[in-house]
Parts: sequence; C-alpha cells; structure tokens
Amino acid sequence: MRPDLSTSYLGLPLSGPLMASASPMTGRLDSLLALEAAGASAVVLPSLFEEEVLAEESQLAELMDAGEDFAEFSGSPLPELEQPDLGAGAHVNLVRRAKEQLRIPVIASLNATRPGSWQRYASQLADAGADALELNLYTMAADPSVGAADVELAHLAAIEAVKIAVDIPLAVKLSPYYSAMSKFAALAVDAGADGLVLFNRFYAPDLDLERLSLLARADLSEPDDQRIALRWLGILRGQLPEVGLACTSGVHSGSEIIKALLVGADVACTASAILRRGPEAVAVMLAEAERWMTAHEYTGVAQLRGSMSAASVEDSSAYERAQYQAVLHSGRYA
Amino acid sequence: MTGDNGPVTRWETLDGNEAAARVAHALSEVLAIYPITPSSAMGESADAWSAAGRPNLWGTVPDVVELQSEAGAAGALHGAVTKGTLGATFTASQGLLLMLPNMYKIAGELTPAVIHVAARTLATHALSIFGDHSDVMAARTTGWAMLCASSVQEAHDFALVAHAATLRTRVPFLHFFDGFRTSHEVNSVQVLAEADLRALVREEDVLAHRARGLTPDAPIIRGVAENPDTFFQAAEAANPFHDAVPAVVAEVLDELAARTGRRYGLVDYAGAPDAERVVVVMGSATGCLGETVDELVRRGEKVGLVTVRLFRPFPVEAFLAALPPTVRAIAVLDRIKEVGAPAEPLHADVLVALSRRPGPRVIGGRYGLSSKEFTPQMAKAVFDELAAAEPRPRFTVGIVDDVTHLSLTPDHAFRVPEDHLSAVFFGLGSDGTVGAAKNSVKIIGEQPDNFAQGYFVYDSRKSGAVTVSHLRFGRTPVRATYLVDRADFVAVHQFDLLRTMKTVDVARPGATLLLNSPHGEDTWDHLPVEVQAEIAEKRLRTWVIDAEAVAKAAGLGRRINTVMQPCFFYLSGVLPADEAVAAIKESVEKTYGRRGRTVVERNFAAVDAAIAALRPLPAALRPTSTEHRLPPLPEAAGDLVRRVTGAMLHGQGDLLPVSALPVDGAWPTGTAKWEKRGIAAELPVWDPSLCIDCGKCAVVCPHTAIRIKLADPVDLAGAPEGFLHKEYKDRAHPGRRLVVQVAPDDCTGCGICSDICPARSKSEHKHKSLDMAPARDHRDAERGNFAFFLGLPEADRTEVRADQVKGVAQLQPLFEFSLACSGCGETPYIKTLTQLFGDRMIIANATGCSSIFGGNLPTTPYTTNADGRGPAWSNSLFEDNAEFGLGMRIAQDLQSAEARRLLGVLRAQVGAELADALLAADQADEAGIAAQRERVARLKAVLAGHVATDDAARRLLSLADELVDKSVWIIGGDGWAYDIGYGGLDHVLGSGRNVNILVLDTEVYSNTGGQASKASPRGATAKFATAGKGTAKKDLGVLAQAYGDVYVAQLAIGANQQQAVRAMLEAQAWPGPSLLIAYSTCIAHGIDMATSMSHQAEAVASGYWPLYRFRPGGDGHPLHLDSRAPSMPVRDFMQSEARFAMLARANPTRAEELAQLAQADADERWHYYSQLAGMERGLPAPKEEP
Repeated sequence: MRPDLSTSYLGLPLSGPLMASASPMTGRLDSLLALEAAGASAVVLPSLFEEEVLAEESQLAELMDAGEDFAEFSGSPLPELEQPDLGAGAHVNLVRRAKEQLRIPVIASLNATRPGSWQRYASQLADAGADALELNLYTMAADPSVGAADVELAHLAAIEAVKIAVDIPLAVKLSPYYSAMSKFAALAVDAGADGLVLFNRFYAPDLDLERLSLLARADLSEPDDQRIALRWLGILRGQLPEVGLACTSGVHSGSEIIKALLVGADVACTASAILRRGPEAVAVMLAEAERWMTAHEYTGVAQLRGSMSAASVEDSSAYERAQYQAVLHSGRYA
Repeated sequence: MTGDNGPVTRWETLDGNEAAARVAHALSEVLAIYPITPSSAMGESADAWSAAGRPNLWGTVPDVVELQSEAGAAGALHGAVTKGTLGATFTASQGLLLMLPNMYKIAGELTPAVIHVAARTLATHALSIFGDHSDVMAARTTGWAMLCASSVQEAHDFALVAHAATLRTRVPFLHFFDGFRTSHEVNSVQVLAEADLRALVREEDVLAHRARGLTPDAPIIRGVAENPDTFFQAAEAANPFHDAVPAVVAEVLDELAARTGRRYGLVDYAGAPDAERVVVVMGSATGCLGETVDELVRRGEKVGLVTVRLFRPFPVEAFLAALPPTVRAIAVLDRIKEVGAPAEPLHADVLVALSRRPGPRVIGGRYGLSSKEFTPQMAKAVFDELAAAEPRPRFTVGIVDDVTHLSLTPDHAFRVPEDHLSAVFFGLGSDGTVGAAKNSVKIIGEQPDNFAQGYFVYDSRKSGAVTVSHLRFGRTPVRATYLVDRADFVAVHQFDLLRTMKTVDVARPGATLLLNSPHGEDTWDHLPVEVQAEIAEKRLRTWVIDAEAVAKAAGLGRRINTVMQPCFFYLSGVLPADEAVAAIKESVEKTYGRRGRTVVERNFAAVDAAIAALRPLPAALRPTSTEHRLPPLPEAAGDLVRRVTGAMLHGQGDLLPVSALPVDGAWPTGTAKWEKRGIAAELPVWDPSLCIDCGKCAVVCPHTAIRIKLADPVDLAGAPEGFLHKEYKDRAHPGRRLVVQVAPDDCTGCGICSDICPARSKSEHKHKSLDMAPARDHRDAERGNFAFFLGLPEADRTEVRADQVKGVAQLQPLFEFSLACSGCGETPYIKTLTQLFGDRMIIANATGCSSIFGGNLPTTPYTTNADGRGPAWSNSLFEDNAEFGLGMRIAQDLQSAEARRLLGVLRAQVGAELADALLAADQADEAGIAAQRERVARLKAVLAGHVATDDAARRLLSLADELVDKSVWIIGGDGWAYDIGYGGLDHVLGSGRNVNILVLDTEVYSNTGGQASKASPRGATAKFATAGKGTAKKDLGVLAQAYGDVYVAQLAIGANQQQAVRAMLEAQAWPGPSLLIAYSTCIAHGIDMATSMSHQAEAVASGYWPLYRFRPGGDGHPLHLDSRAPSMPVRDFMQSEARFAMLARANPTRAEELAQLAQADADERWHYYSQLAGMERGLPAPKEEP
C-alpha cells in the first residue's frame, strides 16, 4: 500500500509534505500552476517587503512629477495610468489571481517595517483571499542603538498586531540568530503565531573584484544548510506540540523532506530546488520521499512526524550540544 | 458629460481643452490625432478615454489614431468621413496649416467633419507656442464653417454645436478657441448632459452621413478631375449648403438654449441699447471687453460690444442686426496681423458687411498676438480712440509702438469692479505650484454657489522654470480674461524669486502675503529693499513658512505644494480651514492615489503639519535692506543684451517698445552665459588627486557646466586661492596642468558628471574625483574659480587630439548652459559637435526640444569663440528640417563654387601662388582649416585693393569666407526624423549631398509632453499609446543604409563616448549624406536623470540599442558593430525604466507579451546586424561638391 503523504499545517489540510516557499517561482501564475501540478501542497508567495513598496511608490511619484509644470506639457510626460500592481498592489493582486487559479492553499508573506503597516498590509493580503499569512520577521539589526531585546519586542508586537488584524492562520518565519530560540518561539506562539517556519535565509553581500562593486546575490541553499533547522525543529517539536512547524532551507530531495518530518516538521518547504530544477523537482522529491517511506514501511506522514524529535529520542544531547568537541576531535567534518 | 437626462445642471471645473475634447470624444467614431501645443491635451484625453474603454454616444469606443503629421491626420480624417463615419481631429498653428489641403477637399465634397483648434500663433520671424488667430485665419478660405468660442463654457457648448451643425449642413466645422487663454484656463463649467448631445445631434443626420459614405455596394466616384467646362459651375453648386449654415447654426444654438438656458447668437451684442461706440471682437477678449463695457455703461457712456461667434460663413445679416442703430463708430479688433492687407480679416468682413448699411466709421486694430495681455485698460483705450475726433483707422493695442506709432495708450487709471477675490502664486516648475493652484481652483469651484478661475503662466525653461498662477473666485461666474494685477493674496513659493523678478508688487494694499522662506524670523533682513518697500507701503499682512523643512519632514523632498496649499486656504479664509484640509486631502487622494499609498500619506502629513508651521512676519515700517532685486546684467553683455534680454530676464519684456526689437527675428548668440540662474542644490566638487584625465565628465555634461582646460603653469599665476589643477600626463607636452572646473551658476546639479566619473578613491570607495556636495558650501568659491578659468587660454585646436574623448573635452564648447531639463540626454551630443566643428557649423534645427533649448528667448546657448566664430543656427519648421538644411548646403556649395570660379578669374590679381593654394587646400583637419583661414585673410587683404575698380573682386570679397569648408548639420528629434519629416529626410539622404544629420532619438515626442512616435519602442507606454506601444520601433538606420552611400551610425554617448566622437568625425568627413542616430535619455523614459548617461550602458549591453557605424566606400564591409553581443536580457533594461514598468503594473499580461516580443526584436536585430556586418558592399563614393 502506498504511504499516506497528506499532512496538515496551520490547520490547513495539505495533500503532501512539500510546499513551495517564497521565490520568484511563486511570483508568477504559470509557475504557480506548474508547482501545483507537480504536487506542491501549498505555495508561499514572495514576501511583500514594505521597504520595496515604499521605494517603488516614491520613485514613481518623483518620476511623475518631472515636467509636470512645463508650458507644452499637460502633466507628466509619463501617461497617467491606473496601475493596480503598483507597490503592495502587485502582492495583493497575486494573492487574488492565485486563489482564483489554484486549488492548494495560498500563503501570503509579509515583511513590514512600521507598527501600523504590519496590520494594514496583513489585512490587505487576507482580504485578497490568502489562506494563511507568513510573517517574514526580517531585521538586520545594524543600528547600534537597538538591542536584542528591542528587536524581539518589536517582532512580538508585530505578531500580536497582525493576529488581531486578521482571522487567517499565522505562521512566523524565524531567523536562526535569536539568542534564546526556545523562549522566543514560545513567546511568538503566545503572541499569536499558529506556526513557525525554520529558518529564514539571509543573503549576505559579495564583492565583484573586477568592478569593485557590491553584489546582492541570491545564493541558493545546499542540503547541508538544513541541519540547523533540523536541530531546532527537533527541540521545538516537543516544547510546542500544538504548533505548526515548517522546515525550510536546504530541502533539495526526498531525504531532506523525510529528515524534516522525522525531527518534527509538519511540512517541508523548498525554493532553491525549484529555482535550480524547475517545478518538476517537486514531483521528483515527493517520489523520493514516498520511496523511502515505502522501503522503510511507514504508513504515512503522520506516523513519521516527530518520531525522532528531541522529545522522542533516547538521548537528546545531539540536539542540544551537537557534540561539538567530539566532532572536532574526530575529524569528521565535511 | 453627465448621464442625467433632467434639467439639473452640474458644474465642473475644467480647462478649455478638456471641455471641448469631452464632447468631441462623445460624438466621434474616428479621431485622427497628432500632438501640437496647445491642443495636444485634447488628443491625449481622447486617447486615454478610448484606451480605458469609454464609449461615445452610440456605445462605440472611438478609434483614436495617431498619424505621422497633421497632414496625415487630416488625410485620415478625410478618409474616415468619406467612408461615412463621424470624424474629428484637434490641432493648432502649423498643424492647422498642414491640414489646409485636405480641408479644401473635405469642404468641397460637403462632408461633415470637425476640427477643434486651440488657436495659436503661426511661426513668422519667430515661433511662438502662445495664442492668437493667425492659424485659424489662414483657414478662412477653405470653405469650412468657423465657430469661435470665447470661454471655457463656450468651448464645451460650441463643440457640441459644431458637431451637430456639420451633420445638419454637411459643411465641415472648424471650432476654435484661444490657445492657452481658453485652452488652458480652468473655470467653472456647466456640463452638458448626454441627453443634450442626443437632442442636438439628430440620428437622421448621422444616418444620412453614413448613407453618403463610400461603399462598393453602391459605388460612386469622388475626387475626380474636372476641366474648364464644369469646374466653376460645380464650385457654385454647393452655394445653397454654405448659405444655409448661419440659419442652421442659429437653430442649433436655439435648441441648446432651450435645453440649457445658455443663449448664444451668431453675433451677440452687449452694452448700451443706444451705444454710439462699439467694439467688434472674437475670442477670449470678449470677457475683458464685456467687463469694460459694463463699467463704462455704468458710468453713462454709450458703448457696446459685438461678439462674433460664427465667423465663416460670415453672418452679415446677424451682424447688422446685432449693431445698435445708434452706432456711430466701430473698432474691430483682430488677434492676427495680416501683413499688407488693407484690413485684418474681421475688420475687412465688417467693412464689407457695413457696405450695405453705410454710416458708422470703422477702424481696425490688432491686439493679443502670441497671448499678449489684453486688459480693461487696453479695452478702454479702444473706446477712447473711437471717441476721438479723428480716430486712427488702423491701430495696435497692448504694446508701445515707437516706430510706426500705431499703438494706443492704455488708460492705466481705469479699473473695472472687482467682484472676485484673487490670488497669485509664484513658483518653480519643479515645486508643484501649478498643480496645487489647479487643485485649489477645483476645490473652490466645486463648492456650492462658488465659481473659480485659474490661469497659469509658464516660461520656456525646462530646468528652473518659473510659473505664475492666477486665481479668481467668488459668487458669480468669472469672465475676466487677463492676469490678476491687484491680488488679495500673494504667495511666493520660492524665496529666490523675490530677488530675480517682480512678485509682491501684484498685491493690493492690505493684501495677505505668504513667503516660503528658509530664514524664519530673520526673513525681513533677507528681503531686497524693493520688496520691503512694497510690504511696508501696502501694509501687507505677511506670513512666512519654511515649506522645504515641512515637506522634507513629511518625506516629500522639494515638493512643497501640499505644504503651501493649506496655508493659502487658512490665510485667505476662502473656505473654513477644516473643510479646506479635508478637500485638499481628497484631491491628494485623487491626484496621487495612482502613485501609491506612500505618496498619499506623505502628502497628508505635509497638509497636517503646514498650518502649525506658519509664522507672522514681523515687518519693519520702512525698508532697511541694502540689497536690490533685478540686478542688471554685466556691462560685458553689451547694450542690446542688457537692455532687451535683461528686461526679458526680469519679466519686463512686455514693457519693451517696438524699436527695441530686431526687425527680422535675428538675435545675437551666446546670451545664455548672462543668465546666472544658480539653481543647483548640489555642485560637483573635484578631487584632482583622483582624476585620471579621461574627460568623460565634460563630454557628458548636459549643461556644459563642467569644463576642462590645459594650462601652462605661467597662466595659473594669480589664480584664486583654492583654484585646483593637476599634472596632465602627456609626453608631448610635459608640465601642463589640467583644470576641471564647474560653472556654479549654470550647473543644474543633475549629478551626471559624478555618476559617470570612473576615478574612485582606493581608501574610500564612495569618494570619486567628482563628488556632489551642497552648493551653498561651494558656490561662492567656485564663482571666483570659474571667472579665472574663463580667462585661461583656450586649447590650440591644431594640437588637440580631437579623435580622443580626453582631447574633445579640452576643446571650447560653443553650446553652453542651455535651459534643457536637468540631465537632458540630447544636449551632450550637440555640445560635442560644437567642440569639434562649432566654428564652422551651420545648423538647421527642427522644431522640438532642441529648438526650444537651442533658440528660445530670452537667452540662447549657441555661442562664439574668441574670433567671433560659432554655430550659425536657424529653425524653419518641424516638418521641413532636412530640406531646410539641404537648402543651406546647396547654397553654401554654390557660394563656394562661385568663389572658386572668381578666384580663377582673378588669379593674376590675387597672385597665382595664393590662388592655387586656396583652391588646392586640404581642409580635412584643424591645421588645414586654420591654414585656409589664414589664406582667406590674405586674400581679403589683396582684394580690398581692387574692390573699387573691379566688380569681380568685390564679388569675391563677399564670398571669400566660403572658401573655408563649412559643416552643415541638420538636427532634430525622432518626431521629426521618423514621422513628420521622414519624407524630406529620406529625400535628403538620397540626394548625395554633403549634409550631416543628427537625430536626437528620445523615442517619444518629448517637447509636446511625451506622445508616442514611430521611434517609440514596443512595450513602452506613452501618451497616444497609453495601452503600451504594440509595434516595434522603426529601424531608421537600416532604412538609411539601404541607399548604400549614406554614412550611418547609431550612438549612445553615455555608453561609449569614444564611439560617439569617432562617428561624429567620420560623419563630418564623409562627403555625402551622414546620419547619426543618437540615443537620448529623457524625462519621458521614467529614469533617474542623474544616471541619464550611465544608464545608456545598459541600453547597449542588453542589445536594446546596438552601436554601429556604416561606413560606405571603405573596406567593402561597410557595417561595423561597435557594441558586443547582448550580455543581459532586454527585459532587465526595460524594467529599470518607468515607461515600461508602468505597463507591467497596469496590464501585466500585455506587458509580458510585449516584453517577450521586445526580446525577440532585440535578438532578431542583433542577428540581422551581425549578418549585415559580414556583408560585402561597394558603391561609388559620392562626387565631392563642387
């Protein structure tokens, strides 16, 4: 008998354990449809970054001002055009269009910068029909006057505010850099998070040595990148048994899906594999996971999920210290 | 248009163009359009409405089609109405002239059609974009009926009358109103209901027109050739139709009156029933004259006003009926000058009409040419003249004519009652003052029982343009059609304007004055003495606000409009402050809603913060300042420039008498340098320690405000402290110093020089050899430095490597400080040409941006070198520029050939050695040119001794300079080269003559405000292509290459300066026609203009704009690709420009389709060019002329 791949996340029933996380592939209708056809059980749309929205709107306003008061012009030389996809509109409309076309859940993603705007954009995305919302708690804490506690408080406040503003389930995509992950995860859940996504990937700048310019390059993940998520999923599963957990970063094959489920994730997410190999990678990865489960005689995802979490294994020290000393001394590093 | 059928009237605040265009769009099926100021907005609105799916009265969305010229638009209109559809177009000025041939045809065929004209001056001694009747009067013999609207309301109503009457009479209608004064005036208008349109445009007339349409199902033949036997009779056969027009128009006007209550006659009379003196007029002056007549009648004078509404066919009976029987003297005012005629057109018609009823004395006067003000004081002068014992039979009014003494003297003491409050706002084009003022008019006008009028005066600059907004509002309709001269409220939105022009003088005593001042409580001390005197003497209630600070805090940058607007409402009390703030926010939402929430919220923040930032100005009782405004130009500018140009610069040009002006439109060049505008917020600051001598900054500077010279150390003695220079690495001339100098009052602060500068600090990446820094910290020092720099010797042209970028950068530019937009992509090409060939250039310049920044008064940028040589420039028209330039070439060739022939004849007198050297001279390089000039000087000296006795010597002396080669350049934009002038351009390319053509390709009609041309790329949105241009850009270069003997190059000076310079030199050297197609970034592209030049690199790298040179007669492989195969997708380039990105946000599906096609275009183009580059082609080189 084929194993039952269905799972649930944030209270949403999912047909399988692999979602497409936010990437350019989830920003277009044609690739969204292809992802659904390949078996993705949900899609997370590209994040609405408030900074980008503001920059785009301000730039357009400035450009439209040019030449406005010239004698021979009747207004700006750029035509006045209804632009429903301007700024936040592009995200809101993508949610709407995706909901019209897709049968699988559509999860919107949001990164705002100001207290009021979290709620405003969250409401817009929810009103457009998003099945759930993923808060992308991205803060580059480069301001020397802002401390760790300030950042965490702001994040928790954002979760609370959005929870009040919308009725749909709320996932929070975490950074791996919190000083006290378990505590913060618990506080996030208290503040209203229905699920946690581990972990956000941050793109670090690179340098072009010929042009002497900074590059903002989007590095794709590698399978090894999954391990830090595995640790925390394993730890949090037991601590937050009712909370939805999603594993993202480094999910490239059926193996990473299985690992994520074993440590306690409800679902695994992938972006890099899709960007590298196209939407059909989803079907391949699911088939690999299914083969593994068949070979290892698992009846379904429900059986697998959390079976090797910190709470479910005999010795959880591998999660908590990762045998740092032993690894170093053994020379077993990749 | 309103959808209601009932009698409820709805008021809206519209300008004349929109008032007419709404009706035209609702009553047309085909609108053939072409942009021309001031009518462009009618076509733009119609195009936008159709793009948005707005239907006409019959449910069809009108097909709005842009043609290649007005001639094309008229042709398409002719075709559309011939087929039986309802057709119309919009135009003005030269555009109407291009329609004349078709107008005769359409009228001759008795085919209904309408042209809506925003009447504008025809170009004569000069172009003018402003209003008078010279265009429409040129159409009075076409057989079209001509209906004149005098106000915004009438432009709306008469648009309907024209469309209705043309269908009833079969006679085509030209509906006109005054350009700018009516087309751009915003006023409260009672909007026609759909039911009004349906009632007046009778269905049976529409069907009858359709039934007459050309169809093979019931064929007829039109446009035949007739012969002497029948032509004349056939022409007379149409008489009954034309004879019927006045009665039909009267009938339509009656129906309009019955429905709307607005009653107009063919000719209307207002004034004393027993008037003895009457003025006859057409157009907006009716408003001013009406007010004047009312006041004079109130004072007991027997005067009246006759307004002619139907001008053709001239309604003689109606005119005579309108005249009071008591009239003894009539003055007819024409807004046109018909040179040589015994009377101007309306004057002549009145004389003829009165020939049936002799009696009154009739005199005629000209007024209002090119939007010259016509005020009650002038109107009064006309009535006064009629009262004279011997009135002048012909006169002018509105100017001081001290040459032919035709002008009347206005009665300055005369005032009409001012029933309205008035306000005047002084601002800059970039600060949003006009937009805010228009908003305020709408806000006030849309309050119940309120009426408002706005009129906006612009200058011609595209950077640092001054705008003056005149507002009137009150409880009765506003009919004043002249500027406010005693304002209740005056706002000066830019502090510097207080020094450079008259501003507060327009305030009436006790008025409120609002100053945007960065000086806070110290503002009084920073005011010029004349401004202080005005404030003190008139007891102006003065308030200050630091609007920039408020705007900046709200995140709005330099846009201060939403800061100043609430202050106006608060201080003027025209509306309760909270109501006004709510209304402003509503208008902000309307205006900026499409530009995103961020902008809306920032404007809201500015509105909320404004009033709290207002401070009363503690003013002294008497002036205390020692500073004066309107500083005179320096003596070095010379008498004419100081007196005449100086007056224009100070906004006092209206006061110049006739004798001050050139008789033939010829002006001195090189006057831009006297206009020290100082508009840059930031200036480039040079760090010589980093400079690599590349010269790129100077080559790409759009305003010629970064200059480079090499100096001998000895020349640097006496340099101001802080004058920077560095060693110039040159083995041939060791020891020379390089100077990179900014012109601090001419720089616009666009930042292009810094952006393009490749020299960075090794220790701090952001620091370049040119960094932008706050102008206030550097301007004073740089003024001294620039003055010293100008005194340094110019480069010896025979020594400079002109084929290198760094060499060209050292040559003296003979095009400087133009008023083009900050960051303009066109000007660097022109400036570079003048560096290379300026001392021998003759330029034919097509109308467009390059003629406006190149030749629009008060000051012009083409200038001369120390020898007095420099580009000689002229603009003929938009459509004929290639031919105009060809004519110059033919003339120059002829003069040169004649000089050579005469030199042969006079060889003995001149001396064989000199004569032969002159004839055999090689002038291919600077040394050759210099040597020939020296020979010509010797020749002239020799000839001087023979002129008294030898006619041939005298003739040769007059032509001697033509022995030095001249460089003829034909310059224009893509609208000219690709569209309206293409036929001529093609002919000139095929002529084989030695002309050089520079096409400044902005891919859009830049000067008229961004309408699509055939150069516009696929996928870009532009006016007239609001839904995104669906067809690919025309490949002008490939078309030109087909001739085989035309040098063709495609360049992008921001991407590759070296290739651009090489192409210019090769074009100049090629003895046949040369065509340079120059990629020109433009504000219409929607890019950050600080990157205007570096951005071009992406156009090239993506294959959007490949660089090449097609060199006939070379190695047999004429096409040489100068750019590499595309290294980035065209889509990436497109998405970086708002003209493409806007479409992606408006219509993602269409944008995606077009982007894919655009990529295919680029791929295919590169593939095609690559193949062409391998092709062998050998054609004989053109014969050198002569």
